[in-house]
Amino acid sequence: MAGGAHSGALEELDTRPGRETVLSALARRCLIGLSVAFLAALLLAPLAVVFASAFQDGLRTYLHAFTDPDTQAAIRLTLLTALVVVPVNTVFGLSAAWAIAKFEFRGKSLLITLIDLPIAVSPVISGMLFVLLFGMRGWFGAWLAANGISIVFAIPGIMVATLFVTFPYVARELIPLMQQLGNDEEEAAITLGAGAWMTFFRVTLPKIRWGLLYGVILCNARAMGEFGAVSVVSGHIRGLTDTMPLAIEALYNDYDFTGAFAVASLLTLLALATLALKALVERTGYRRR
Amino acid sequence: MRDGQPTVLPGFGLTLGFTTFFLSAVVLLPLAALVLLAASTPLPQLLADVTSPRALASYQLSFGGALLAACINLVFGFIIAWTLARYEFPGRKLMDAMIDMPFALPTAVSGIALTAVFSVNGWLGRYLAEYAGIHVAYTRIGVILAMTLIGMPFAVRTVQPALLEVQRDLEDAAETLGAGRWYVFRRVIVPAVLPAMLTGFTLAFARALGEYGSVIFISGNLPMKTEITPLLIVIHLEEFDYRGAAALGFVMLAASFVILFAINLLQAWGRDRLVRRGS
Repeated sequence: MAGGAHSGALEELDTRPGRETVLSALARRCLIGLSVAFLAALLLAPLAVVFASAFQDGLRTYLHAFTDPDTQAAIRLTLLTALVVVPVNTVFGLSAAWAIAKFEFRGKSLLITLIDLPIAVSPVISGMLFVLLFGMRGWFGAWLAANGISIVFAIPGIMVATLFVTFPYVARELIPLMQQLGNDEEEAAITLGAGAWMTFFRVTLPKIRWGLLYGVILCNARAMGEFGAVSVVSGHIRGLTDTMPLAIEALYNDYDFTGAFAVASLLTLLALATLALKALVERTGYRRR
Repeated sequence: MRDGQPTVLPGFGLTLGFTTFFLSAVVLLPLAALVLLAASTPLPQLLADVTSPRALASYQLSFGGALLAACINLVFGFIIAWTLARYEFPGRKLMDAMIDMPFALPTAVSGIALTAVFSVNGWLGRYLAEYAGIHVAYTRIGVILAMTLIGMPFAVRTVQPALLEVQRDLEDAAETLGAGRWYVFRRVIVPAVLPAMLTGFTLAFARALGEYGSVIFISGNLPMKTEITPLLIVIHLEEFDYRGAAALGFVMLAASFVILFAINLLQAWGRDRLVRRGS
């Protein structure tokens, strides 16, 4: 996460006198070995098994898994959900960060805590909240049914549940970043006669672009990969309300392991791409706060 | 002084208004629905829902498993953070980047992948079953394993920066003055990173407690044995027993808030120590 700080600390290590003893060399090997073994069993093996299982019956079977119309529908729904949810939460994150970082007001720390709340809530509970509101026996259930609107067990439910679980990602990245950057440049721009939007797009946005990208990447990964919350509200109607993670569960429970791992391999690639992008953003010198 | 005044910047009303409105609509209103539903349940029924034998067994697994997983992460999180912060070896950067994998990997994927690796005929599960007689998949051990995986990044990522900040000259000074390695570790390093370790422990515990996706595939979901509380909530919801689900959800939500509060206290404590050491 902190490439620059690391190499500094490690260089310093080389210049320190009398550090390497037989015992410290032994400890070093043991600790590196333990770390590698732990991560290999818990991270690498599962990662490798996804691709090994997806391709166990050859490339043809792997590709054939994606010709299934239900699987294709799940991929489309996942993309659609991310396409709706990520921009909405990005606008929210920008707005929240602007209000919180640029101005002083009472209740600010409470607001920050409340924005972070969805991270602390179990995914299943996040989904359940919307069932309690919009479900058949929920608060608005009767009214929605009378007006022929379905939210739970339909696509809008998947959208709001995803909105809830990915709610804090952009905001929590931008708030500390903008707080640290301060108001000076924006105040100068306004004083010199720039409009509000111009100030935002020409002064603020360039300064926060890496932090914004970072938040958007994480938000997108969670939006596409969310399982628990979406599982509760989706109703698992194949080809209609199954997202990719839900399709994995459905295929897996049908003992179609190749199909399940084929879909899983796409999400794994997404995760790897997310990590690679994250690493790239960190190379620009952006540091999480 | 009016709120939002000490600056010429525009947009206070607009952004704060939008933020508060959106927060209320997406987060606060739904949470209120849950709390109100649980609160409007007659107390005897609420207690019966919350303390049914099946619910109690699920708490035992969810809380106990999350606690054990967090303990494992406390130890291995420190070891991994130490390895990354203090040693140079081939593949260190890759290892550093990999730590965040459980954040990025959808939980359903890690769930089926872990099950495949640790089932009786899986890559690792085969040897564990044959040589150690340990069955991981479809047992409580599997639940704890999944909970460990999901909490691991928190444990590493909180300790790692703290380890980098330990004042190395302090360690050198202690060693120059004749302190042994172990003594330096105990008296200089551990006190400096303790708040971070506890924060990581608590975050890992919180995440493991609520985890659903990666656990349900490997757990086998036997009532009273390998059934976690979130799964029991899902079962209640599938039976349209909203009250029962809300009651359990309320218990878990209360636990989350206590944990959140604990994390805030720990972080304040950590900052406090940092300031005092710096001055």
